Amino acid sequence: MAYSSKVLEHYNNPRNVGSFAKDDADVGTGVVGAPECGDVMKLQLKISDSGVIEDARFKTFGCGSAIASSSYVTELVKGKHIDEAIAIRNTTIVQELNLPPVKIHCSVLAEDAIKAAIADWKKRKGTAADDLKVAEG
Amino acid sequence: MLKLPIYMDNHATTQVDPRVLEAMLPYFSEVFGNAASRNHAFGWAAEEAVEKARTQIAAIIKAKPKEIIITSGATESDNLAIKGVVEFYKEKGNHIVTCVTEHKAVLDSCRALERAGRATVTYLPVDKYGMVDPDDVRKAITDRTVLITIMFANNEIGTIHPIAEIGKIAKEKGVIFHCDAVQAIGKVPVDVDRCGIDLMSLTAHKLYGPKGVGALYVRSKGPRVRLTPIIDGGGHERGMRSGTLNVTGIVGFGAACEIAQREMPEESVRLLELRNRLQAGLFERLEEVYLNGHPTDRLPGNLNLSFAYVEGESLLMGINDVAVSSGSACTSATLEPSYVIRALGIDEELAHSSIRFGIGRFSTAEEVDFVTDRVSREVKRLREMSPLYEMAKEGIDLKAVNWKAN
Ligand SMILES: Cc1ncc(COP(=O)(O)O)c(C=O)c1O
Repeated sequence: MAYSSKVLEHYNNPRNVGSFAKDDADVGTGVVGAPECGDVMKLQLKISDSGVIEDARFKTFGCGSAIASSSYVTELVKGKHIDEAIAIRNTTIVQELNLPPVKIHCSVLAEDAIKAAIADWKKRKGTAADDLKVAEG
Repeated sequence: MLKLPIYMDNHATTQVDPRVLEAMLPYFSEVFGNAASRNHAFGWAAEEAVEKARTQIAAIIKAKPKEIIITSGATESDNLAIKGVVEFYKEKGNHIVTCVTEHKAVLDSCRALERAGRATVTYLPVDKYGMVDPDDVRKAITDRTVLITIMFANNEIGTIHPIAEIGKIAKEKGVIFHCDAVQAIGKVPVDVDRCGIDLMSLTAHKLYGPKGVGALYVRSKGPRVRLTPIIDGGGHERGMRSGTLNVTGIVGFGAACEIAQREMPEESVRLLELRNRLQAGLFERLEEVYLNGHPTDRLPGNLNLSFAYVEGESLLMGINDVAVSSGSACTSATLEPSYVIRALGIDEELAHSSIRFGIGRFSTAEEVDFVTDRVSREVKRLREMSPLYEMAKEGIDLKAVNWKAN
């Protein structure tokens, strides 16, 4: 299978790889997927009190398209308000990266990761700095 | 000088040896006769070439030339052996004993017979090294069993089954024993009599011969094995496989067998050294690398490893100037991780992380060192990107996590 040049570009130069301190109250963490399915994405968003995504980090276990999808998503959400980010559909990722049909699940996972990270941030804001495990995000 | 890309996927196929190609060339042009033309010199020349090749093919498995039935490859040989025996011996029974890690050509032939209501099949499990227990074979045999089909060596993990023991059980119980020996031929000694094998599938392209030509060994004595053909026509190959012979391919197959047989003693030692060098190099540079398959009873050129926390397809992408293969779901048409690796009972995650290195005749120490370096650097890079690696480092038990799969 040939990879699109955009997938290759993100795979070779992934943007925003890494982690924020997970107990930071401004950080929402989303972990989606499962190791036995072959992909796990961790997306972290640093969100201001007014709900603007100021920064993003990811780590992904998965194929090249999963890595590229998460890398692209970190760029895509930066500067967006969470209401805007939560409306991002996987099709945007498919189009940008030219993902073939067998890789659509990678984009779905990336969409889910955004939603999970924002939900986590909201929960944390709501319940203050409750103890929270990353993996259960 | 190292030439890129490097081919290290010799279980998938092999490069035609230049000596094999040379032997084949005249049969594309000057010697073009039909081996079945009995009345003129063109036919005789083709027939003579085919019979010479048949002798060379028989020699590598210690069989007689007339026991070699030429086919289009091992997929056809497996189909012919399984479907041909079940059909021919249908008065005697309808039960097959096989194993979960067989090649698809065997498994799907069995499934097709099951679906058609022509056979019942026992799929034996394997141990953590991918080896079938001969005792399980013995216990699975019933008075309705007409065929045991177990491969010599596995194409993914290289594990070599206790074939001679299984052959002995087959003889004791009077059941026909078919063995897909595609990966073993030319790599380890194979002797049909010593192993008690009645039917054996071979293919040329895994031993530096051309694609699209193979053979089925059919025992002629003690017992004489009979088959119902699956391809009908002019009655070639003693009626077991009709169709004008692919003379050029057969000549190449014969030449490939002769070279492999002659060079095996030194070549298998060389392959083993290269394999050990690759394995030692990767284990030295990386932590949490796991060997899939048997540590010693394994094909000399095979190395199948799981690199924990790294998904196989992403690793292949990172080492794009090295041709190897992965058991990862993302590299298979079905989006399922390798059924062979999963049969070993290891963690599912490790099945997604498996890489098969297939070292072959044209592999060099320099290539092995390049691959070692390339793979270890890429595994490290991908682990830095892997949330699983990070969690494991933090002491989180990945198995205890409540994953939310989509
Ligand atoms: C164990 C085994 N059996 C059968 C086959 C099929 O052989 P062929 O490509 O000649 O049909 C292969 C190769 O893919 C194999 O590895």
